[in-house]
Amino acid sequence: MEKPFAITLDPGSSLANRTGSWRTFRPEYVDRLPPCNAACPAGENIQGWLFHAEGGDYEAAWRALTDNNPLPAIMGRVCYHPCESACNRQNIDAAVGINSVERFLGDEAIKRGWKFHPSAQDSGKRVLVVGSGPAGLSAAYHLTRLGHRAVIHEAAPLAGGMMRYGIPKYRLPRDVLDAEIRRLVDFGVEIRLRTKVSNVLEALQDGFDAVFLGVGAHIAKRAYIPAGDASKVLDAVAVLHDMEGAQLPDMAPMLGRRVVVYGGGNTAIDVARTAKRLGAEEAIIVYRRTREKMPAHDFEVEEALQEGISIKWLSTIKEAGEDDIMIEKMALDDKGFPQPTGEFERIPADSVVLALGQDSDLGLLENVPGLVTDKGLVQVDAAMMTGHPGVFAGGDMAGNERTVTVAVGHGKKAARAIDAYLRGKTYAPPPKPELATFERMNPWYYSDAPKTVRPVLDIIRRQSTFEEVLGGLDEHNALFEARRCMSCGNCFECDNCYGVCPDNAVIKLGPGRRFQFNYDYCKGCGVCAAECPCGAIRMVPEEN
Amino acid sequence: MSFQPIKFYQTGTFTVGNRLLPPEQRSVQASAKRFNSINSGHRACQGCGEALGARYAIDAAMEATDGQLVCANATGCLEVFSTPYPETSWQVPWIHSLFGNTAAVATGIAAALKVKDQGGTRVVAQGGDGGTTDIGFGCLSGMFERNDDVLYICYDNQGYMNTGVQRSSATPPAARTATTMAVGPEPGNVFGQGKFVPAIALAHDIPYVATATVADLRDLEAKVRRAMEIRGARYLHILVPCPLGWGTAAHDTIRMARLAKETGIFPVFEAEHGEIRAVLPIRRQLPVEEYLKPQKRYAHLFGKQPHVEVIARLQALADRNIRRYGLLEQA
Repeated sequence: MEKPFAITLDPGSSLANRTGSWRTFRPEYVDRLPPCNAACPAGENIQGWLFHAEGGDYEAAWRALTDNNPLPAIMGRVCYHPCESACNRQNIDAAVGINSVERFLGDEAIKRGWKFHPSAQDSGKRVLVVGSGPAGLSAAYHLTRLGHRAVIHEAAPLAGGMMRYGIPKYRLPRDVLDAEIRRLVDFGVEIRLRTKVSNVLEALQDGFDAVFLGVGAHIAKRAYIPAGDASKVLDAVAVLHDMEGAQLPDMAPMLGRRVVVYGGGNTAIDVARTAKRLGAEEAIIVYRRTREKMPAHDFEVEEALQEGISIKWLSTIKEAGEDDIMIEKMALDDKGFPQPTGEFERIPADSVVLALGQDSDLGLLENVPGLVTDKGLVQVDAAMMTGHPGVFAGGDMAGNERTVTVAVGHGKKAARAIDAYLRGKTYAPPPKPELATFERMNPWYYSDAPKTVRPVLDIIRRQSTFEEVLGGLDEHNALFEARRCMSCGNCFECDNCYGVCPDNAVIKLGPGRRFQFNYDYCKGCGVCAAECPCGAIRMVPEEN
Repeated sequence: MSFQPIKFYQTGTFTVGNRLLPPEQRSVQASAKRFNSINSGHRACQGCGEALGARYAIDAAMEATDGQLVCANATGCLEVFSTPYPETSWQVPWIHSLFGNTAAVATGIAAALKVKDQGGTRVVAQGGDGGTTDIGFGCLSGMFERNDDVLYICYDNQGYMNTGVQRSSATPPAARTATTMAVGPEPGNVFGQGKFVPAIALAHDIPYVATATVADLRDLEAKVRRAMEIRGARYLHILVPCPLGWGTAAHDTIRMARLAKETGIFPVFEAEHGEIRAVLPIRRQLPVEEYLKPQKRYAHLFGKQPHVEVIARLQALADRNIRRYGLLEQA
């Protein structure tokens, strides 16, 4: 070839120079475990469903959510959202309102009539589920998804367990509960109401291959309180249960004008707030320890105090009379246990409601070989199976952390284990990736955005009625709230790695397909890892 | 601000792309079909700010001119690492000039294109701070005063990094270089010397003068786009951190540029016909120590007995920038 003056070589491209050989560290894309997912007792992939909600595809978000939890509208109301307590966004402004977006998706699904897609497979196996509370419904749902027939036996006339007979309507409207149960029935879950299982092994004989127990904890714990004949001492479970049957105000439990609730859990708060709504002038919670030690969740205590409920800390009830009670002041000792002080006080009370915890009715488990109970709890292994093969248990009867969300998680875990059991295997949960901590992220890139304040009904209104206390988000602010998610530890395709690479060594694969490193040219500078907002790139030393 | 920032959308316009935005609202760099004007395989150091800044700027210019672009490139890092004969990383028509005459070469190209009636093809001249603020300054000022139709881009890494980190007139006070050692009573580069060429460009009253950093891609692209809408002499001064010369970790390149802007050390603004039109305000103000500490060229300021008075003088310079350019957003 004829070359210009003083030119002896053809022009070449620098692509001949494989700068990847300079590298001592190589970047790798990873999916880390977002703290919300790690904290969720129901094992939801929260970051995963928010990803769809951010794009405004609410149905895809709802479907991703219900991969793990079939009750989003319920969960969006009654969950104590440990996810939000774990949210990395707290380090920037405030946690993402995960619970409110979940509720929005749940309500949207009810409004639009979204159904679960029918399961493709049919194993021909039948599984008995005892109890239609959150654990039972969750287990039945996941079993159905896995292709098994789930049949729920429920002793009560209506399904829902403690969600119906324990949680007040102002926290969980019954039309929401009914809608989510109906969707499960439409999906193929069979629910037999007024069907009490009194012996689990006998019930299993009826053509079932395995059983999941989720009978809940419906028996109120008692404390001995010397009480006069005319005194009125009730238990919280009965009061909340009777509320469910009370269609008319005069059918509601008679509590009087001055109601004392004894206990410090969420149930005590529920009863006190219910009493206030029934017209009590005074609702007083008596608790033997301090607010810091109270098992009830802080925001519920706060809402109760706002509604005019008073709380007597460090107090125990010594005796109950006709129109008053005597309480004794307590003091915490070195170990934090309350000790009596010998100081007494009388406070007027028309009734005393005991909210001291609940036990499970384990009568159906008598004479089950191998099954072990301890302090009223059924003992299960990591796969939720009792000592008797094929008998699984979850929910309130199998653990001390008694929330709807935990029960849903138990149901899911048990369903997977039952599926493995039915196929003659043992369930091994997949290994968990490392946690997406805030230190692994680059928060500079997230827009500043305040948390959407959920509309709170007027204080007077909620003191006098059973209307829902917390309002929901509309489509606009639900989208806004979803977009506050920082997608911790999981690529959300912001193009930063692709853009900031000085060596063009990141290949963009297109929407939904993320990116790939071109190790021929990547020099391993680590700018991509440093500038990845969500911490989805890891630098690892090269072997050679 | 040189562009309309997207207020929310998860990351707004802070990230390179944003899947929630329509494609036309994303940056040039986010596109899978961007030009990659400077290709892979170049010999720049790991984490080179200049290689990054050059791709950001020239890709944006290519986008703005629909690929009708010629580049003149001064001697310096950018030329050396991109074009060791016979290889080149450039995927644009590109000419290597001498160290000091890039502005003049670009002027000549623009004149030639005009004569050949190819006025649609635009000209960019580019160089480092040495080739711009020191050696090529006479040619640059001439290009400005003649209002030649050239966009001159200076990639400012604050020294002669290619030849072993010597001081330039863009090296900041107190910084250690090979020629301003950290010895004696006033270690590092002396105070009261050097120049800020964007302000000198401004004094020429040319149609467009702007500064930018590699940490604010959207701002940088908007400035290149605006510059290519205008005919006449235009000047864009981009701060490009140099891991080698500054003594920073390779992965900290963008972070250093961000810190320079957030501390007020480097003002990011835009001006037309000698008047400042907009500044990129500080988002989260930081003391200058945050910027100085990660850099080994300032290591002598810290150690066992920190030179608090020197740090205070650098802080005063940052504060003066904040005052002079109004870098703090009015609440």
